[in-house]
Amino acid sequence: MHWSHFQTLPVLWLVVTLAVFLVASWFNARMGKTPFLHPVLVSLSLIIVVLLATETDYETYMLGGQYIHLLLGPAVVALAIPLYDNLATVKRLLIPLVVGCVSGAIVASVSAIMLGMWFGLSDQLLLTLAPKSVTSPIAIAIAEKIGGFPSLAAGLVLITGAIGCVIAPVVYRLLRIEDESVKGFVLGVGAHAMGTAFAFEYGMVAGAFGGLAMGMTGAFTAFFLPILIPIIGL
Amino acid sequence: MVQGFLILLFCQLLGECLVTWLAVSIPGSVVGMILLLVGLMIYKKVPDGLRSTSEGLLKILPLLLVPAGVGLMRYFGVLSAYWYQLLIILFVSTLVTMLVVAALLRLMSQEKHEEGH
Repeated sequence: MHWSHFQTLPVLWLVVTLAVFLVASWFNARMGKTPFLHPVLVSLSLIIVVLLATETDYETYMLGGQYIHLLLGPAVVALAIPLYDNLATVKRLLIPLVVGCVSGAIVASVSAIMLGMWFGLSDQLLLTLAPKSVTSPIAIAIAEKIGGFPSLAAGLVLITGAIGCVIAPVVYRLLRIEDESVKGFVLGVGAHAMGTAFAFEYGMVAGAFGGLAMGMTGAFTAFFLPILIPIIGL
Repeated sequence: MVQGFLILLFCQLLGECLVTWLAVSIPGSVVGMILLLVGLMIYKKVPDGLRSTSEGLLKILPLLLVPAGVGLMRYFGVLSAYWYQLLIILFVSTLVTMLVVAALLRLMSQEKHEEGH
């Protein structure tokens, strides 16, 4: 069998993705679970190296990769379950949570756009940066809608996620945050799904609040950016 | 398992139909999540199959992000030209965002505490 044929087998890239992810997770656990070597970042770097080494383009990789990517949709829907489990807390804290998520979403987008303008980045890059704190599937959809680069948006979202996981413990220490639900919420607003995954390490409640924050921030940003963009003249 | 997966996909499908019908830029999966939450609030419990499927999916959420992340390989040009500006922007913006949200939540929980006393 020729490599050119082998390369187009979808199952090849499924095997590569799962195997690399397992290795990356094992490596991350060995390194004390540091977010800098987050399994997602390590996996995508290793897979890119493999693709470059074998002269495989992204479209060919996605022949297999799309089947994993497809599960992101139902996984986002599944976030309703931890939310439902913590409904009593959500109801009790509804106002602070809405205030936290709305202000977080605005600060995240506006600060990224303003800094980008200050650095003199192109409009399309600014539009790509705008949804950086939003979970990847939502960020991709937003970037497509407002005219950014969707795949780059996904990448910036992941880097934001890693940075957020690194910064979060520092923020807790600075502001003396002890409440598990607040910890989770801050991670979900600032660092989307990666923050949520990280929040689950603090416990189920933190994870649930992370998921809640991620969902609320994502939905709000999707509404808010199409209104903001014309105002700042992009 | 099958039943749980069907519920998740059906909610997503409803969400996709709704956003297409309303012509809004919100992803269908997010609307599906809200629909499922409303459904659970009415039903008042999580069916066993739905719970095991959902918790399984959420456990592998990081893996599900990998294929989209690999798409970064198409943007090496942009990344090599602007990598340090982008890193500074992401770092500062994320730090400010987290500080603002954490400070606001702390402030509001303190007020609530004082009211209680």
